[in-house]
Amino acid sequence: MELVFALAIGALTAGGVYLLLRARTFPVVLGLTMLSYGVNLFLFASGRLATGSQPVLGTAAQYADPLPQALVLTAIVIGFAMTAFVVVLSLRNLADHGNDHVDGDPKKHTPASKHARERRPL
Amino acid sequence: MTHWLLAPILIPLLGAILQIFVGYAPMPLRRVLAIVTSVLTLAAAIVLLNLAGDDTYRVYAMGNWQPPFGIVMVLDRLAAMMLVLTASLALLCHLFSIGGADEGTRQFHSLFLFQLMGLNIAFLTGDLFNLFVAFEILLIASYGLLMHGSGSTRSTPGLHYVVLNLVGSSLFLISVGMIYSVTGTLNMADLAVKVPQVSGDQRFLVEAGGMLLLVVFALKAAVLPLTFWLPRAYASATAPVAAFFAIMTKVGIYGIIRVYPLIFGANAGEMANLGMNWLFPLALATLIMGVIGAMGAQTLRTLVTWQLVISVGTLLAPIALGSQKGLAAALFYLLSTTWTVGGLFLLIELVRSQRGSVSDKIVMAPQIRHRTLLSSLFFFGAVSAAGLPPLSGFFGKVMILQSTTSGVEMAWLWGAILTGSFFTLIAYSRAGSVVFWRNIEGEIENSTPVTPLLAISTGALIGMSVLMVALAGPISAYTNATAVQLLDTRGYIQTLQAPMVEEGS
Amino acid sequence: MSLPLVVLLPFLGAMAAPLFAQGGRTAIAIASTVPALIALAALFPHWQTLADGGVVLHTYEWLPAIGLSLSFRLDGLSLLFALLILVIGILIILYARYYLKPEENIGKFYGLLLCFMGSMLGIVLSSNLLLMMIFWEVTSLVSFLLISFWTHKKGARRGARMALTVTGGGGLALLAGVLIIGQIVGSYELDDVLAAGPIIKAHALYPVALTLVLLGAFTKSAQFPFHFWLPHAMQAPTPVSAYLHSATMVKAGIFLLARLYPALAGTEQWFYMVSFTGMATLLLGAYIAMFKHDLKGLLAYSTVSHLGLIVLLLGMGTELATVAALFHVINHATFKASLFMAAGIIDHETGTRDMRRINGLWRFMPHTATLAMVAAASMAGVPLLNGFLSKEMFFAESLALNLPGYWAWLPPIVATLAGIFAVAYSARFIHDVFFNGKPINLPIYPPHEPPRYMKIPVEILVFACLMVGMFPTISVGPLLYAASSATLGVPAPDYRLAVMHGFNLPLFMSFLAFFGGLLMYSQRKRFFAFHDRFREIDEKAIFEKVVFSLGLRANRFTAATENGSLQRYVMLLIVSALAVAFLPISKMGFFIGSNGLTPVDWPTATLGAVLIASALATAAMHRERFFALVLISVVGLLTALTFVRFSAPDLTMTQLSVEVVTVVLLMLALYYMPSWTPVESSRGRRVRDMGIALLAGSGMTIITLAILTQPFSSISEFFLANSKTGGGGTNVVNVILVDFRGFDTLGEISVLAIAALGIFAMLKNTTLTPPPGDGLGHAWARQSHPTMLKQIARPMLPMALMVSAFIFLRGHNLPGGGFIAGLITAVALILQYIASGFAWTEDRITMRYHNVIALGLLFAVITGAGSLAFGYPFLTSTFGYITWPVVGKFELASALVFDLGVYLAVVGATLLMLVSVGRINPHSAIRPVNSESSYGADTTTLTQRETE
Repeated sequence: MELVFALAIGALTAGGVYLLLRARTFPVVLGLTMLSYGVNLFLFASGRLATGSQPVLGTAAQYADPLPQALVLTAIVIGFAMTAFVVVLSLRNLADHGNDHVDGDPKKHTPASKHARERRPL
Repeated sequence: MTHWLLAPILIPLLGAILQIFVGYAPMPLRRVLAIVTSVLTLAAAIVLLNLAGDDTYRVYAMGNWQPPFGIVMVLDRLAAMMLVLTASLALLCHLFSIGGADEGTRQFHSLFLFQLMGLNIAFLTGDLFNLFVAFEILLIASYGLLMHGSGSTRSTPGLHYVVLNLVGSSLFLISVGMIYSVTGTLNMADLAVKVPQVSGDQRFLVEAGGMLLLVVFALKAAVLPLTFWLPRAYASATAPVAAFFAIMTKVGIYGIIRVYPLIFGANAGEMANLGMNWLFPLALATLIMGVIGAMGAQTLRTLVTWQLVISVGTLLAPIALGSQKGLAAALFYLLSTTWTVGGLFLLIELVRSQRGSVSDKIVMAPQIRHRTLLSSLFFFGAVSAAGLPPLSGFFGKVMILQSTTSGVEMAWLWGAILTGSFFTLIAYSRAGSVVFWRNIEGEIENSTPVTPLLAISTGALIGMSVLMVALAGPISAYTNATAVQLLDTRGYIQTLQAPMVEEGS
Repeated sequence: MSLPLVVLLPFLGAMAAPLFAQGGRTAIAIASTVPALIALAALFPHWQTLADGGVVLHTYEWLPAIGLSLSFRLDGLSLLFALLILVIGILIILYARYYLKPEENIGKFYGLLLCFMGSMLGIVLSSNLLLMMIFWEVTSLVSFLLISFWTHKKGARRGARMALTVTGGGGLALLAGVLIIGQIVGSYELDDVLAAGPIIKAHALYPVALTLVLLGAFTKSAQFPFHFWLPHAMQAPTPVSAYLHSATMVKAGIFLLARLYPALAGTEQWFYMVSFTGMATLLLGAYIAMFKHDLKGLLAYSTVSHLGLIVLLLGMGTELATVAALFHVINHATFKASLFMAAGIIDHETGTRDMRRINGLWRFMPHTATLAMVAAASMAGVPLLNGFLSKEMFFAESLALNLPGYWAWLPPIVATLAGIFAVAYSARFIHDVFFNGKPINLPIYPPHEPPRYMKIPVEILVFACLMVGMFPTISVGPLLYAASSATLGVPAPDYRLAVMHGFNLPLFMSFLAFFGGLLMYSQRKRFFAFHDRFREIDEKAIFEKVVFSLGLRANRFTAATENGSLQRYVMLLIVSALAVAFLPISKMGFFIGSNGLTPVDWPTATLGAVLIASALATAAMHRERFFALVLISVVGLLTALTFVRFSAPDLTMTQLSVEVVTVVLLMLALYYMPSWTPVESSRGRRVRDMGIALLAGSGMTIITLAILTQPFSSISEFFLANSKTGGGGTNVVNVILVDFRGFDTLGEISVLAIAALGIFAMLKNTTLTPPPGDGLGHAWARQSHPTMLKQIARPMLPMALMVSAFIFLRGHNLPGGGFIAGLITAVALILQYIASGFAWTEDRITMRYHNVIALGLLFAVITGAGSLAFGYPFLTSTFGYITWPVVGKFELASALVFDLGVYLAVVGATLLMLVSVGRINPHSAIRPVNSESSYGADTTTLTQRETE
């Protein structure tokens, strides 16, 4: 049981990391999502595995550790917010640069100094 | 249990909620409300500073649940200091922003206040997972703020910043999982009790978890090799945001100061001073990288973003050495550098607004308006940043230098800091003399006037380094006491016994 | 009190002076003189104490933490320098009144001049080395601002930066040295340091400390090889050159050597480092001075040479040499300052400083000429002038200094040679400028005497030269004695200040120098011819080139490391995570805990297998984006199933509902994005990434295995025990969320809210053009809102709302809760948008999502704050039971209201996100094929709403 679970986490992490290292926003977003699946399962695992013992009082003989579940739930929600933001940010990036490369337009390398160029209202 | 600990969290939160409600109200109203919120937050922070002065820990148990079971806010000297630092910086940046930088989207003020709330929770919380939540709050708000403003240049640096920090958040969760899986607790005081008891192979899990956490903090603090996201992100942010972000790297440093002496400190048995042997050389490398970046900077903004990196290195080196004097020195310098760099960011925005299309590039241009004011402000800011007398930067650096006792570390630290100061001195003098003095004939079109509000908020932030010199005695006394408090973990562990509110009392 | 006042006054004056700028030059000059005069007056009362070899000390606490105190000390040495600073300062103020033009920024000038005066006084009066350090660096900064006073001059700016770089850098070295001394002695107070001389010299770090201190002193006092900054500092207005760069600031280094004499001097290292540096500087300066055509250039190099002379004397380490050194400090200050002023006058009256053009000024300005000639004679060391006396002593000491073997000849020869050069360039100064035919096309012709008062300072100084030269004992005797005793720390040896010491070797050397110099000057043509063979090196240009190339290299390095590639940054992050975790994990190794592995059943095995397969498939086939999206949603579903398999129903429900929304979002995004990811990274790169991924994956597997097989006990027992009694709910997870750790949940919904706001703000007037087809060549469906979907979607809304209400209410006791309910509601509403389009839906959903979010947060906060009213901390929950008709006994918990807040926040945030994304308005040109496009419809509404 544990082995399967651990391998699953490993696979999710590996896949996520590989996608994270891609050059386009979409795979990177997928990578982040998959990595977060893996991380959530891992955090869940920190309370150990228990079958048929959901922590709802009176429904089981003994209960699984409820705290990691609560933490994972929070993590899922936050992860959702973050994913949503990064998805939209990649859309904005696409809109600003006309392509979905993670570095905007990598052909014309812009040194940091150039980023501080355009006028802002004051 | 005093409810004051709630104030620095609820005030900005309510302020932010209010901002959402009045989102479509006229700008002046929104600005007034926003500034009032910032002022109140600062007031609350100052109250807490006075409370913390008596060296006792104050605990606020959310939901009246006894720690380690519930989430607690813990107020000590360090937390109070960070709160005041943040609130003061925030207020001045906020004042600057209502000079016009807040226009464009209706969400600026709520995001700004949410970020303030996130920072304050991070400084107050005594719960590892709640620290994660606080980080997420301040990060998501910072993402929003980073993207604030017109133009298409900041989506890419923004994307880099966000993606890296999302990976960082995953690492944070992993390390929390590893630590919980062995200790079965999340409360920092409880961890300080349980971690030293961990033995056998379980120890390695905690150790790995602790190291991963260090990576997370290092990413926030932009320690080499995790520095590179910073310059472009900051260089592309709107001025008050960039200035406010001067605190963001310090959050990572705060995390290190908060977690490591307490949980992996001297009495953590086999895990004593975990990771600090990694941190010291990396801090020096960061310092050097920052100096190189500053030397090569082609705009004032880039120069100052690298100054931020320099200060991170300068701060973490003595922290890694872990002596009480070093810690105290670092805390003193942390105040100084945060205010100064923030002020420089604001100042540079004023310079940009005077130089039209030339912006803040370090090239000659027609003479700017308000030259005397702006150049003198730059002079003071640069002197303090480069760590020259008579401003606070010098005192901070002297304290850091003094904190090392002779040895290899001393040689390295002194060499790095002093040569660093030397080259930053060259960089600043070059930049300043080119931008302010090396003028060509001609008039600059569309230069916007510097309003008193902008000048005052900028001047106040840079002037802090003068104030710190005047109050050097009391401030250093405070930071010393803070260092003592941090290194004696018993007091913090006592918070576990904090009494709850009983029935009907 | 008086000593701090002496230092403080000029600073106060500096703040006040600019206010008088309006009143014109005279007003501001007077205003600036006042503080200097008061300071001078404040010093005199102490004279008696000092004459008796006493010391005046005033100490105030400042920053004990670093051993920094406001302690000031007045003894013979500091008095000598203080007097120089104040007296010459006053004369300079008067002189500058006539030198500066009315239209110049006199406020800035006098302000800075007084700042300098104050910090210079600070250096010489500090009795705490750190305090001295502070003033030391301030003088460098002020001199930077004064040299670059004429900011429009390129030379001035560069000279200023070069001076700052050299002296400021030296200051940092000095700081290090001072700190080391402080660590050795354990105090920065001068008394302790001077008393600890033997300890310091015996200490292992003495050579380091000495070198660092000397670096500071030599840079400040323009000693070889750091001398080059001084001549370029002459770009400053002449009063500045006269004051800072000949009389006072450049003497700071010498003062430091004298000040720390008892602490550091008297060792081999001291002798060789100091005296040889001095010797080199003495000779080099004198030689170059000879060939400078610029009047101030000549004076600058002669200053360098004289500074070298003084340093050499201090290096000799004999008591008499020290006396001579201090004596020469006085003399040099007097004659050199007057010469600079004279040069300034000439510059002022002729418009040039080129000695090849200025000739025969005797006819035009005899008065100035006389003064200049006397001063120059003193510089040359002509008898009856003060320069002669100290030079005699110098010659004597150079002889007294017996180095081993032939080396014994070196000092006297160097001294004589330098003397010859000194006479030569002095002769040149006199002859070229005032005689030697007629002036050659001067910018201002005919030159004439300057204003009367402009000459007074010069006259005073020249008079001093004569007085000291003829009646040394009465004029400077006592002061010099006090100074030397204070320097040596013991009563000065008995020496005779006499006009003549009879016919002896020193006198002979003087004669040699004198006639040799005249001879040399008469043969100057040859020397010039010889000198012109070597190319003039311009240190400024070199300095600029060095700084520039440094900047360039730094910039290249930065661009190479901070190259703006996210892939690299992420790689670095993950690799560092692997690196730090590697060591402990490798120590642990592949580890199965005492609980061991439990057997796996088929369903779980299949679940795991499929999960792993689809995860890897997503990574492998990520280029086919739509397919990858489908695959990852499969991964999501399987993750949800895993949760339920291992008894976490709440997580399953959450995961599922989040999954739906995420997929919708990704679909929307994919609509605008290219549907295919091109191959960009090289094969090697991909292999490397796979390696990293593999490492990360296996690492996580090992760690998870280790964790899952460990015995474990956590704080959760408490939650299980108190969930019902304390939290009033049987679903422990939900109780933790809304009660035990309700604060996390508050934070969590804040994150959601912020994300929604951020997204809304970010997408404001962002426009995107969707590709005309789905990438596989098919055009988008003609009908954007299929009737079927509409027919199903609309009735589904009320059902979905009921379901979410149900989920919400049961949440506290059974899996469910505000968050899940919120997402269900959101999805139901989103479905309407998708099915019927924005316009249709917007007409029916009138609420503004911002306010829903805010309301949700407010609910949560208010429920939390409610407990404050009863004296309980934030978020303390309470619950009771009421009996409703129909529903029956029903629990009402404050946590439920909190959860309602969660519900609202989630609904608002999710909808705001999705709607903002849906609203990205494509270019009207390429909008979806059908006419009544939902996007087109609400662009207008959006823009109307959002225009400020």
